[in-house]
Amino acid sequence: MKSSEKNSKSNRREFLRSGVALGTTVLAGSIGAGACSAPGAKASGEKVKVMTTDGKLAEIDPAHLHHLTHNRVSPEEARKGDPNREYVMVIDLAKCRNARKCVEECQRMHFLPPEDEWIKVYLMKDSEDTASYWFPKPCFHCNSPSCVNVCPVGATYKRLDGLVLIDNERCIGCKFCMAACPYSSRVFQWKEPVTNPEEDVAFSPETSVPHQMGTVGKCDFCPDMARMGKLPICVTACPNGVLYYGDKHEDAVTNGVETLRFSELIYQRAGYRYMEELGTNPSVYYLPPVNRLFHPETGFKNLSDEVKKRYEVARTKINKELNR
Amino acid sequence: MENNSKVSALLARFAPQMTRTTRLEKVLVTICGGTVLWGVYALYIQATKGHSVTGMRDNVVWGVYIVNFIFFIGISYAGALISGILYLLRVEWRKPIIRIAEIITVISTILGPLYILLCIGRLDRLHHLLLFGRIQSPITWDVIAITTYLIGSMIFLFLATVPDFAILRDSRNPMFGKWRRRFYRFFAIGYKDKENQRRFLRQGITIISIIIIPLAVLVHSVLSWIFGMTLRPGWHSTIFAPYFVVAAVFSGTGVLIIAMWAFRKFYHLEEYLQEKHFRYLGILLMVLGGLYGYFTFSEYLTGWYGSEKWELHLIYKLFDRKEFGSMFVYAAFIGVLVPILIVAIPKTRTINGITIASVIVITAMWVKRYIIIIPTLETPLLPMQESRMEYVSYSITWVEWALTFSGIAAFFLFFYFSSKFVPIIPVSELAESNAEDNNPES
Repeated sequence: MKSSEKNSKSNRREFLRSGVALGTTVLAGSIGAGACSAPGAKASGEKVKVMTTDGKLAEIDPAHLHHLTHNRVSPEEARKGDPNREYVMVIDLAKCRNARKCVEECQRMHFLPPEDEWIKVYLMKDSEDTASYWFPKPCFHCNSPSCVNVCPVGATYKRLDGLVLIDNERCIGCKFCMAACPYSSRVFQWKEPVTNPEEDVAFSPETSVPHQMGTVGKCDFCPDMARMGKLPICVTACPNGVLYYGDKHEDAVTNGVETLRFSELIYQRAGYRYMEELGTNPSVYYLPPVNRLFHPETGFKNLSDEVKKRYEVARTKINKELNR
Repeated sequence: MENNSKVSALLARFAPQMTRTTRLEKVLVTICGGTVLWGVYALYIQATKGHSVTGMRDNVVWGVYIVNFIFFIGISYAGALISGILYLLRVEWRKPIIRIAEIITVISTILGPLYILLCIGRLDRLHHLLLFGRIQSPITWDVIAITTYLIGSMIFLFLATVPDFAILRDSRNPMFGKWRRRFYRFFAIGYKDKENQRRFLRQGITIISIIIIPLAVLVHSVLSWIFGMTLRPGWHSTIFAPYFVVAAVFSGTGVLIIAMWAFRKFYHLEEYLQEKHFRYLGILLMVLGGLYGYFTFSEYLTGWYGSEKWELHLIYKLFDRKEFGSMFVYAAFIGVLVPILIVAIPKTRTINGITIASVIVITAMWVKRYIIIIPTLETPLLPMQESRMEYVSYSITWVEWALTFSGIAAFFLFFYFSSKFVPIIPVSELAESNAEDNNPES
């Protein structure tokens, strides 16, 4: 099992190298591969093994590989960020039905194993007589971030554009940031990462890949996508337009379909920030689940057994705790 | 000097213990050495396979290693208390026990931080603490405080031992080999017990004993702030620093009593480590127990009465018999009330009784550190919606047990080997003190 895994890994790496040699699209010296088909590509008859994000091995034609490009900038630039922007996210709880596309696409983009979720969807119920709702939670990129305060080496830092990123080359893995983050946004690399097709490429805090064992990872708001003028992958992945991303200075947020004035949206829909009382000043705003599009029960449909069980356990636990 | 005959008598008394090895000692050293080797093997496993071999996961990011870290730094208070405070107060009865106390301090301050290293994912990047160090981080405070404390305690132990090194150097004891004499000559740094040397040494010790007290308080305060500075139920508390300090002195005194009991028993030091020493320290233990109990009561009463959502979640976990209930009862009730009762009742206020009380105290203090760390980490503000059970609740793996026990074994070994190089009872101090000091009712 182990050797076959290794084999597939080296195959994949070989493929990547030959891909570079063949002059496959290389943007800013970076390359990544994800297993999904590119329309209009000619089949070459060869097969390569790739590992999908759910840990399965698949044999596909190299021509059908679609290259995910990660735009890399200099380490200095990755620490500074764009001084003219202040990124914000708005999450419309009225539209979320736990489709989990944000989670899956984020995992694919960042080569995360299925158990590591940088954006999580929680089943929430605040008190006995209030309604339950689905609560997608990325990193809040706080303006007074506890994690940044406690980091002993400045591996996690706050940028001028409001993003909180991690330099995995500097991180010593003390996990103090994980203890300090009140929102459980951080994930540790407990083992040698298995799905890491980009391991030959230099790490950048803007792409958060390749992962390194013994360091901390989390949602980065995809700043490399922003540099290409694209939205974070979770925003584009959401089938219901739940997530809006934008710039506070421009006063505009978009979910890819509609672009709205940020201040107006917050005003009209009574937007709020989660656990304001902690004083962390998040950059993520929530719109309360008013006039919802879906019944919360919809969220239990079309889930894998494992995920479904997770939420069923959560539901019983919530009811038990509220009845205490 | 009139002390000379006394010194040689004392030396004749201690030299055999320092040079001879009994069969019991050999057995104990083998057991401890084996345990340390087991820990080394566990360390190898952890270093090669990563932290996934421990029980630590994304929610419970720190486990039993941090518990051991706090525990060892806690017992290091034995030295700071006895040698610092009692030295300044010129308490005569402290003399036979100061060396034991100071050795405890140095060993546990060396061992404690090793546990912090076990929690760090990338030890190969430890130098980043110097390259990119940030003074804003409580970890940096800790690094600075503990290093200073360790250096201070080592200087203290060394200065207080210099007269003994000089005595050992000058002794004509045939049992001392050549290398041993060289060792003593080196560490005696030319001390000849002249009037001005003695004055300098005394001044040095006084200065260090003044410095060591605030330093010790600071070390445990800073340690508590690693937790206190986070926004988590059970940790984000203003009394955490004094609470940790009191718990540390409490457990430090307990370890000191146990060490005294062991040396008294195995080295037959009944005439030096008398019942009064146990009694005085026992009363100190009782007072500290009261203080610790008061802090505990105040901390949990405030959390429970105010009943904020998260505090209450945590407190219910601590009260729940299926979760941390029995540990809570042991750490908060048995570990406080039973030792107090043992010392308070004259009938049980014996050497063995007080030692049993101390064993209860230090085990309870270890459990207390466990229920400070683990339940809070298992109570994040956002619910844990996980299918991986090991991410929801922490359990100690064999690797962590191995490294825990090997730390304790290393403590014993260090202690044992130190007792082979210096008399565990300070000979020079005893020779100086007058006859009334050996009178049990002084």
